Amino acid sequence: MNVMVKANRRKLDLKSGRVDLSHGAGGRAMGQLIEGIFHKAFDNEWLRAGNDQSAFMVPGGRMVMTTDGYVVSPLFFPGGNIGSLAVHGTINDIAMAGAVPLYLSASFIIEEGFPLADLDRIAETMGAASREAGMPIITGDTKVVERGKADGVFISTAGVGMVPAGLDLRSDATRPGDVVIVSGSIGDHGVAVMSKRENLEFDTDIVSDSAALHGLVAAMVEATGASIRLMRDPTRGGLAATLNEIANASKVGFRIDEEAIPINPEVAAACELLGLDPLNVANEGKLAAVVAPEAADALLAAMRAHPLGREAALIGHVVADDNCFVQMATSFGGGRIVDWLSGEQLPRIC
Amino acid sequence: MRYIDEYRDGRLAKDIARQIATLADPARCYHFMEFCGGHTHAISRYGLEDLLPQNMQMIHGPGCPVCVLPIGRIDAAIALAMRPEITICTYGDLMRVPGSNGSSLLKARTAGADIRMVYSTLDALRIAEAEPDREVVFFAIGFETTTPPTALALRIAIAKELRNFSIFCNHVLTPAAIQNILESPDVRKLGTVKIDGFIGPAHVSTVIGTEPYEFFAEEFQKPVVVAGFEPLDVIQAILMLVRQVNDGRHEVENQYIRAVTTFGNEKAQTEIANFFELCESFEWRGLGEVPYGAVRLRPQYAEYDAEKRFSMVTPAVKDNPACECGAILRGVKKPADCKLFGTVCTPDTPMGSCMVSYEGACAAHWTYGRFREHAKASERGRAVA
Repeated sequence: MNVMVKANRRKLDLKSGRVDLSHGAGGRAMGQLIEGIFHKAFDNEWLRAGNDQSAFMVPGGRMVMTTDGYVVSPLFFPGGNIGSLAVHGTINDIAMAGAVPLYLSASFIIEEGFPLADLDRIAETMGAASREAGMPIITGDTKVVERGKADGVFISTAGVGMVPAGLDLRSDATRPGDVVIVSGSIGDHGVAVMSKRENLEFDTDIVSDSAALHGLVAAMVEATGASIRLMRDPTRGGLAATLNEIANASKVGFRIDEEAIPINPEVAAACELLGLDPLNVANEGKLAAVVAPEAADALLAAMRAHPLGREAALIGHVVADDNCFVQMATSFGGGRIVDWLSGEQLPRIC
Repeated sequence: MRYIDEYRDGRLAKDIARQIATLADPARCYHFMEFCGGHTHAISRYGLEDLLPQNMQMIHGPGCPVCVLPIGRIDAAIALAMRPEITICTYGDLMRVPGSNGSSLLKARTAGADIRMVYSTLDALRIAEAEPDREVVFFAIGFETTTPPTALALRIAIAKELRNFSIFCNHVLTPAAIQNILESPDVRKLGTVKIDGFIGPAHVSTVIGTEPYEFFAEEFQKPVVVAGFEPLDVIQAILMLVRQVNDGRHEVENQYIRAVTTFGNEKAQTEIANFFELCESFEWRGLGEVPYGAVRLRPQYAEYDAEKRFSMVTPAVKDNPACECGAILRGVKKPADCKLFGTVCTPDTPMGSCMVSYEGACAAHWTYGRFREHAKASERGRAVA
């Protein structure tokens, strides 16, 4: 983000101005956009240095880095917007390694005609989320594309963090007998977003669970340390996809109990109405952890003592299974597979 | 969830399952066909098989409108969609149904066809209004349940004088198909399976009522229990069927009294009759030609009939010979009997229609129940060892 010298600045019309192609052309207008919106929102010493990158000191130890793209529609939804989602999502990707998040980058692809006020709102939310998490956005990029070539705003992020000494969470580390714990009710984010989607709007009090989970993770690591085999945030594809990914990576199966899985009644009702399975619906502020059985009670207690883990629940256990099936005892007394979703979940015809 | 949780009470289900086990005659086998994909889905999703005695077999019927749509109708829609002036609007799960040579509406869209997923007929009307330069065709599909909304769309289109809106009608009728399963010489030639009773359609019956099944039950001496889609509905319907079979009765009973009446929704039936008439014959995938198995637009609405308006041609296309969808739809075979099941045919790469819709017998078994085959194979392996 090269910053234009102050002499070239012009005042941004945040009230009625719109992004145009010049805002992504690398010239004055772009500098003005960066200064007037992003630097204002993200303000920190690295961005103020005005380089195309930021150099920073790295404490000794293992560093993790992640990157992600956000193309959510609608951009604003109950409980957040694409900006908070981008920050929380990247922090959570870092946190699932048990790592302490350190720094973020943010790259914007903006469609010509996008209202500056909306961009300002998104950036402010991102700035607030990153500051609250103690993970500053220290570098970024801005591109503007012609009208019709993007859906408002796309955001790409990258993040780095450091893993505490002695912790090594691996996706192939689970073994039969381990238990699986979720941090709270599932499906809230997906239903909140769907409730505002064009052609599908419905009234609900559900708000997105979008949240940064590194504080919860720190409490979990402090309570049980290396007894945690792995953690995942069940985002797109929901809890079903997450458990199947773990099962396949570790070559094990899962047996979970439908009645033990916390689901908000309003989420269950919305899913029922739309013919969707809450287990396939996205979350942005929840995690699933696989842990050694002897550490389960201590982990649950630590999680429930944290605001983001109050509804933590033990939902099942790992079994030996060459087929890597995730099987669930239904509330009805039968058994079924919990599978990955094929394609997109679509409402039924009749 | 009020009005939902009551029908998912596990303790009550186990109680009904115990009654079924007590009543079921161990000297005989019970074969019940659930006509609707919604029932198939409930049976698989809630693992109802695990609650039934060994001598009771559920046969998955042809009651999924996506599954029974012939390939030729998909091909015809794709051919129409490739015309530059045409916009096709349809329900989501039709998008992935395979046509000839691996084609689908979804693939046609990536090739440039203007195909849009809608959630209701009114969405298609809105598109037609908003884009008067496009020819908007609603690809209508479904049983009696989704026919009234199509009729309503037609009524509104006529009232608004929308000249760029038309309907590719694929609405099929359930009583004719149920009858065809037992009666048609073609179906018998293809193989049939013993059926002791039917779980009748849920949502369809909210429109047509229970009365249309009376003739069928009497003529073929098969009991019919119209049931809802909740798991408790289904298991209660099974109990009602067991009682009828044991008593030698063949009546139409209504388990779904909270939504279905004897004569159904007469306003909706009138709306259907206003705009549609019976087709003498219509091809159902897996069942062949079903006499009076579908409706078409009445001649006076020909300008809204996409088949006439665009001179659509429906090619006669045979199913992949290795695909057993036809036999599965008739209950002659089970999904796992098909060589393609779980090998080349999965919900990610559906070869046949039963794997496309979530309510198709193969998709339901793959998604929820395929662990049972592996469990049986493991047991056999242990027994041999």
